Amino acid sequence: MYLIGQGMTGGYGGADIIKDCTIGVDKGEIAVIVGPNGAGKSTAMKAMLGMLTIRQGHVRLGDKDITRLTPQARVGEGIAFVPQTNNVFTGMSVEENLEMGAYLRRDDIRHTMAQIYDLFPILKEKRRQNAGELSGGQRQQVAVGRALMTRPSVLMLDEPTAGVSPIVMGELFDRIIEVRDTGLAVLMVEQNARQALEIADRGYVLVGGVNWREGTGEELLANPEVRKSFLGG
Amino acid sequence: MPEATDILNALVLMTNFVFVPALAYGSQLALGALGVTLVFGILRFANFAHGDLMAFGTTIVILMTWGLQAQGITAGPVPTALIALVPAILVTAIAAILIDRSVFGFYRKRRAAPVVLVIASVGVMFMLSAIVRFIMGTDDRRFSDGERFIIRAREFREMTGLDEGLAIQTTQALTVGVAIVTVTALFVFLRRSRTGKAMRAYSDNEDLALLSGINPDRVVLITWIIAAALATIAGALYGLDKSFKPFTYFQLLLPIFAAAILGGIGQPIGAVVGGYIVAFSEVMMTYAYKRFATYLVPETWAPEGLLQFLGTDYKFAVSFIILVVVLLIRPTGIFRGAVIK
Ligand SMILES: Nc1ncnc2c1ncn2[C@@H]1O[C@H](COP(=O)(O)OP(=O)(O)OP(=O)(O)O)[C@@H](O)[C@H]1O
Ligand SMILES: [Mg+2]
Repeated sequence: MYLIGQGMTGGYGGADIIKDCTIGVDKGEIAVIVGPNGAGKSTAMKAMLGMLTIRQGHVRLGDKDITRLTPQARVGEGIAFVPQTNNVFTGMSVEENLEMGAYLRRDDIRHTMAQIYDLFPILKEKRRQNAGELSGGQRQQVAVGRALMTRPSVLMLDEPTAGVSPIVMGELFDRIIEVRDTGLAVLMVEQNARQALEIADRGYVLVGGVNWREGTGEELLANPEVRKSFLGG
Repeated sequence: MPEATDILNALVLMTNFVFVPALAYGSQLALGALGVTLVFGILRFANFAHGDLMAFGTTIVILMTWGLQAQGITAGPVPTALIALVPAILVTAIAAILIDRSVFGFYRKRRAAPVVLVIASVGVMFMLSAIVRFIMGTDDRRFSDGERFIIRAREFREMTGLDEGLAIQTTQALTVGVAIVTVTALFVFLRRSRTGKAMRAYSDNEDLALLSGINPDRVVLITWIIAAALATIAGALYGLDKSFKPFTYFQLLLPIFAAAILGGIGQPIGAVVGGYIVAFSEVMMTYAYKRFATYLVPETWAPEGLLQFLGTDYKFAVSFIILVVVLLIRPTGIFRGAVIK
């Protein structure tokens, strides 16, 4: 797989939150992590980003070991991340948010910005408005847009549909599929397990910090155990 | 009804004793508060050393002014200090960066709580004030040279035929002019430049700024350079306008913090608005309106007292009251800044 965290074990200084956890995603693929609250989904993602040091295991991107790299260095390597909360610069305009996403780039960013406005037309309309004044769904679009400005090879999203209506969620998923179809590896944590697994090429069910079940989205949706525990029967 | 000339006299009186001085003082406070608010926005602590950083910057300005004067270099009608400002900013910026490297950076790396940094800044304040007193002593010093007035009261009276005169000092006009240029330059920098936007992003959401590849060390460095420049300019302008006395720079901390918090700390525009509101409140509360009133009311109503709300000795009470009221009623200030914890 293109990005893989293998046998990751670690936490925030105290007890281990994730234990021998393995998560990976390939290019042109959507991988989804589901599981109950507090299962360690965000923690596993932070570990792959380097926002958390793991005691055991390693993280590989392509054929490169990035376990010891800082988060900024991993961003430079092509991993983009949309955090679960506080994922926009609220006091800055939509356009400035996108510019900040491209901060590391020294080339012309106008083409990428135009692509993002094509993907999310509403952002073009609101480009002079402060991101803090937008609705929840529009904010998530800004957050995804900001992350895509680096032209990453991997896009990681932590609950991109938290707090948005089912219609907006469907639209956001459609956009994420479009992003995948450009050849990116997309890894996301989702609370809306059923809808997320429907678009997932690969799915992980995390419980108590360990891999509980995994498979393709379809397999997990069909699995009676998974259905019973997470999908309401 | 008062006659037209009486109204004009009253207006000139107010302009001379309230509007012009408050505008100059407000510009100085605005520049001071901008420095405090910028450091707070980026480094997330209230820097109590800012008043003494202003005194330090002014000390360097004075030393360089003396140096220039000794070589026979002056700036003609404007104070020589204006030339000295540029190298003095450089020296003050280096001092601020060294202080950050040795003190604030040390606590930042340990992710110390903001209150620890505040206390550290009190230590820096004592250190700076000791250095300033060691170099300059504790007395009042005037270091303004060149033409003293743009308009003299007597000339104004002769020109207009009014009883009241209007005097505008060179330093007052200079203060307002330099403040406008500095504030405009700062706002354009923050709004338009890549580095300025990165600073706003860092102040807005530190984690997301790091995820966007913004280099925190560079942001901090530039913040100190700007804070040192603002402190030196504000300090030198205040010293030119009034006089340089180390203790008054410590006292300025109160109106400066009142201005920054009233405007919304972390919000540059708030610091500017806050600076003028505090200055105007202070001057208007301590001005004696007796003469102003005599122009406007019939002689028989002439007031007995001075018509002064507060003695000038109590001027700092105005800042204090503003500070307390803002913290009680709207702790985020006018422009919704942060709340100091
Ligand atoms: N910064 C932190 N410091 C200490 N403990 C943390 C931190 N963040 C999370 N935890 C703990 O780690 C465990 C897993 O949290 P995590 O955020 O990874 O769960 P999650 O699966 O993302 O949950 P949710 O669905 O609620 O987002 C929880 O018990 C939480 O209390
Ligand atoms: Mg989470």
